[in-house]
Amino acid sequence: MRKRSKRTGAVRDDSSSSVPDSQTREIEAIEIPPGDTLETILLSSGVPVELSGIEVESEAINRLRGQGVELVVPLIGQGELLGALYLGHRLSDQPYSTDDRRLLGNLASQVAPAMKVAQLVREQQAEAKERERIEQELKVAALIQQTLLPKELPSINGWNVDAFYRPARAVGGDFYDFIQLDDRRLGVVIGDVTDKGVPAALVMATCRSMLRAAAAQHDSPSAVLADVNEHLVPEIPPAMFVTCLYAIIDIEDGQVVFANAGHNLPYVRTSDGVLELRATGMPLGLMPDMTYDERTHALGAGDVMVLTSDGITEAHSPEGEMYGFSRLMGRVAKKTRDEDICSSLVGDLETWTGPGAEQEDDITLVVIRRTASASVSADAFHTGEEALIEFTVPSVEGNERVAIAKVAEAVRSLGFEGSRLEKLKTAVGETVMNAIEHGNENNPDLDVSIRVAVTPQRVTVRVVDNGGDKDIPHAVTPDLEAKIAGDQTPRGWGLFLIEQMVDEVSTARENGHHIVELVMNREGGA
Amino acid sequence: MADEEFSATVRVTDKGSVIELVGTVNRMAKEGMESAYVQAARSPGEIVLDFKKVDYINSTGIAVIVGVLAMARAEQRAVGALRLTDHYKEVFEITRLADFMHIYEDTASVN
Repeated sequence: MRKRSKRTGAVRDDSSSSVPDSQTREIEAIEIPPGDTLETILLSSGVPVELSGIEVESEAINRLRGQGVELVVPLIGQGELLGALYLGHRLSDQPYSTDDRRLLGNLASQVAPAMKVAQLVREQQAEAKERERIEQELKVAALIQQTLLPKELPSINGWNVDAFYRPARAVGGDFYDFIQLDDRRLGVVIGDVTDKGVPAALVMATCRSMLRAAAAQHDSPSAVLADVNEHLVPEIPPAMFVTCLYAIIDIEDGQVVFANAGHNLPYVRTSDGVLELRATGMPLGLMPDMTYDERTHALGAGDVMVLTSDGITEAHSPEGEMYGFSRLMGRVAKKTRDEDICSSLVGDLETWTGPGAEQEDDITLVVIRRTASASVSADAFHTGEEALIEFTVPSVEGNERVAIAKVAEAVRSLGFEGSRLEKLKTAVGETVMNAIEHGNENNPDLDVSIRVAVTPQRVTVRVVDNGGDKDIPHAVTPDLEAKIAGDQTPRGWGLFLIEQMVDEVSTARENGHHIVELVMNREGGA
Repeated sequence: MADEEFSATVRVTDKGSVIELVGTVNRMAKEGMESAYVQAARSPGEIVLDFKKVDYINSTGIAVIVGVLAMARAEQRAVGALRLTDHYKEVFEITRLADFMHIYEDTASVN
């Protein structure tokens, strides 16, 4: 007897080992097609069936008869036909007796469960192998994507750039990139490759390289996208394409020139509400000879540009409703206390999809915020120092605590702790509080910008507000006796405290801004 | 991290009163602090501010404490500070508040 795959039977025409090989003959393994009449007969009888007793015809019955099969013994497990034993005529030329059929029936009833177990084991092994293959492929795809996404965010005076990327389990083809074009222009890319896994990751890698090469050649975003499209069309696999938005930001005057190859529209939040930045163009890689609209928008102080991927707008609630553009737009319109738009959007999305929901697609967010009306330094792109964190807080009383927490978290990684950390926290708190109250006069529409940068020797916390038209008072040592005696106001401790807490304090006025820099030496000091 | 709402509770001891401060000591604490002081001042003896449950003191909070010292000076009453963190002890020294307040380490000293 030889085992065959499911629903297939095969045997020699006599099981006696004493019979010479010349008297035996192998019967071809014949599959019983699903729904074949023979299947119905075997399942309904459950016992060995002689083909001569069947009056109907079917594909399987005819083929078995053609092979000289006389008896078919069904192997049935859990109501399913797992296979069958096919027997030809007996060597003795006698018909199969009742005892023969009973014996074969008993044999089949013992073989069937074993076959079922074997089948399940084989299926599970195949599934495990497939799962392992898929997991490996996903790891490769994730590795490609993570390797190519920016390792750090641009640090630009007067701007706050933030990004969020979280791949779906199946790893889609989202990507973003920042390209420093020259001293005052920053290229920003966000894109999404159709498909998932390794194919999408490879196209993403190709597209990213093409974009970088084209960005170095052309000053116009539309020319960059057209160039990439021409190169991508002959390379991209069939039925794949790439949506992509490319913008060039002038960090001095806030002008944004952009072109869009079918990607989600960017949103810009201004003091008057939220705008969509529209520019039309076909996705990359679909057809040659495409042209792309090019538009310009000026970002003012406090304006925020939000770029997203469709993993956000197409996420579903447990009821099956999509997150959608209007909800995204509404969320962008909301000012939060700490203006951490990435966290705010992702938090809202997670609330929408519900706890424990598996992420359907990659989620990518790029948030670019203009914090100052003009660059506060000619050296906008900092060199020689590493920016640890840059963020803004609206000028609302109490937001100094937000600033303290963020700065403390950033400098802890440098080994700042204990007394030194507490002193820096107090200095930051007082400086930001002054910026909110005196510099920006508690106007919640004005932001205070905070940047923490580090060199091997020092940590610098730079606090910028819009109070550049006001005189900067000098710190004086408060006369406590006079204050207690009621001869002076009990207030007036802030500047004094700041000077006492850090190693250096410097102040400046520039382009309408008031800038305070707090410096802590990394060894020793105050 | 948001400011924690300020509150103050007065406890009369053998030696005077202890004002247990909770939350953030900033300008918002002025009314609660002064009210607690007035209540504590009904009993004789030193008034001690217990900072055990204070999470943050800023310059406007220091001004509030200076205001308490001014009220105490007017009636020639001693004011102490209990259970300050090391950082705020240093702040009290830098601002010289420690020159006008006895700094206590533990509650046994003030009960």
